[in-house]
Amino acid sequence: MLRRAFLVTLITLFVTLPLSAAERFITVASTTSTENSGLFDYLLPKFTEKTGIEARVVAVGTGQAIELARKGDADVLFVHHKPSEEKFVADGQGVKRFDVMYNDFVIVGPKSDPAGVKGMKDAAGAMKKIADSDSPFASRGDDSGTHKMELGLWKNAGVDVKAASGGWYRETGSGMGATLNTAGGMDAYALTDRATWLNFANKGDLEIVVEGDPKLFNQYGIILVNPEKHPHVKVKDGQAFIDWILSPEGQQVINGYEIKGHQAFFANASGS
Amino acid sequence: MNMNDFSAAFGTALHLIIHLDTDLVAIVLLSLQVSLSAVLLAACIGLPIGAAVAVFRFPGRGVIIVLLNALMGLPPVVVGLMVYLMLSRAGPLGELGLLFTPMAMVIAQSLLVTPIIAALTRQTVADLHDEYAEQLRSMGVGPLRAIGTLLWDGRFSLLTGILAGFGRASAEVGAVIIVGGNINHVTRVMTTTIALETSKGNLALALGLGLILMLLALAVNGAAQVLRDSAQRAYG
Repeated sequence: MLRRAFLVTLITLFVTLPLSAAERFITVASTTSTENSGLFDYLLPKFTEKTGIEARVVAVGTGQAIELARKGDADVLFVHHKPSEEKFVADGQGVKRFDVMYNDFVIVGPKSDPAGVKGMKDAAGAMKKIADSDSPFASRGDDSGTHKMELGLWKNAGVDVKAASGGWYRETGSGMGATLNTAGGMDAYALTDRATWLNFANKGDLEIVVEGDPKLFNQYGIILVNPEKHPHVKVKDGQAFIDWILSPEGQQVINGYEIKGHQAFFANASGS
Repeated sequence: MNMNDFSAAFGTALHLIIHLDTDLVAIVLLSLQVSLSAVLLAACIGLPIGAAVAVFRFPGRGVIIVLLNALMGLPPVVVGLMVYLMLSRAGPLGELGLLFTPMAMVIAQSLLVTPIIAALTRQTVADLHDEYAEQLRSMGVGPLRAIGTLLWDGRFSLLTGILAGFGRASAEVGAVIIVGGNINHVTRVMTTTIALETSKGNLALALGLGLILMLLALAVNGAAQVLRDSAQRAYG
């Protein structure tokens, strides 16, 4: 009896596995920063309530998100590295790119500040000092938007990080939060977007040491994956998501998202 | 992480269990559903394969045995990547639209678990076969029927192999996070939630969820034990 009941339970479990296409949904390829910051948990239910469309977010680094979209595995791309996004559209993979919102990157580091960069307004200058003092720096090392921004800053600073890899320059190859955990664990500096930092619960001995450089501007963009390349793309529902995000209502929702009393993202759609 | 975090983790786990957080219940159920389905599927494939390799003699059998044993160590992330490439819209099975669904996670986990069940089954059945080969032959039992007989005879030992498979499936994160995408309320299971909470820096919550996952494993293994005992009593 018992065994028969067990077998029936197992088979029922198997048969009732939820399959796709049962409901109306779109797949959004996005970044760990938007997920880790908690923005989606706040934003998506409001969109679903308004339109009846469920937005399923796959949160990976910007590089991987673009790769997902390039293979046609997402309907909408929502990431933060403008040059890569423009290339995505130029390659015919995306329909059109729109600005959505921005915030900024900050450099965090141990309170002891071995490189002496606290309070600096020049990000590249601060990174040069970190390199010159051989202070540990935890890099995403994962081709994400944040990683690309960081590599640009090293280039500005005239530092060759490849030569320092494995020494003071440590590439975690992980998401933003995981990299912050690592940085905290070895008293390293790190570049992070402000929203992830605000929402990050394991700050330990880390604090913001450099902020306010205009170069640290962090723009997010949204793109509908091109249905001419990928006929599966849910054009209507994907476009509905983009339209809502860019609408005054969606933009207001973004501006209303706060982490511990701080506004996390600043909407800046051009209102087209 | 210090001692305070550990006690906080226990507190969090207890709090989550007592309050039966609805999100958590859904995640636990999906985890069980995916991993048990994967193990069921893997058992349907792995048991006959393992038994066949044990009973039949054919050229290249030694190679197959080594291969089966080696495949027990398949890295989840590699399986995840392979299944992703198969199920991607750009891949050969893209038309099915299975990527980022629980079914994709079941497929990945059953690929991980099948070699484990097949390899352990082969060993168990081979041992039984050594013991009973003479007897089976004298009774005129062909290899196909022998497979059925030996599988039935070894069912209690085989259960351990199946539980090892379940352990593998329920504990892995590398494959399901790639093919499932860790989508909230759709493909988020225990292990991917733990990974996500860790990356948010919520270490106590992550560890608390880890404790609950271990309790689940304990419950499944306990259920299997009860089942085995009752069956053993029934059949002697």
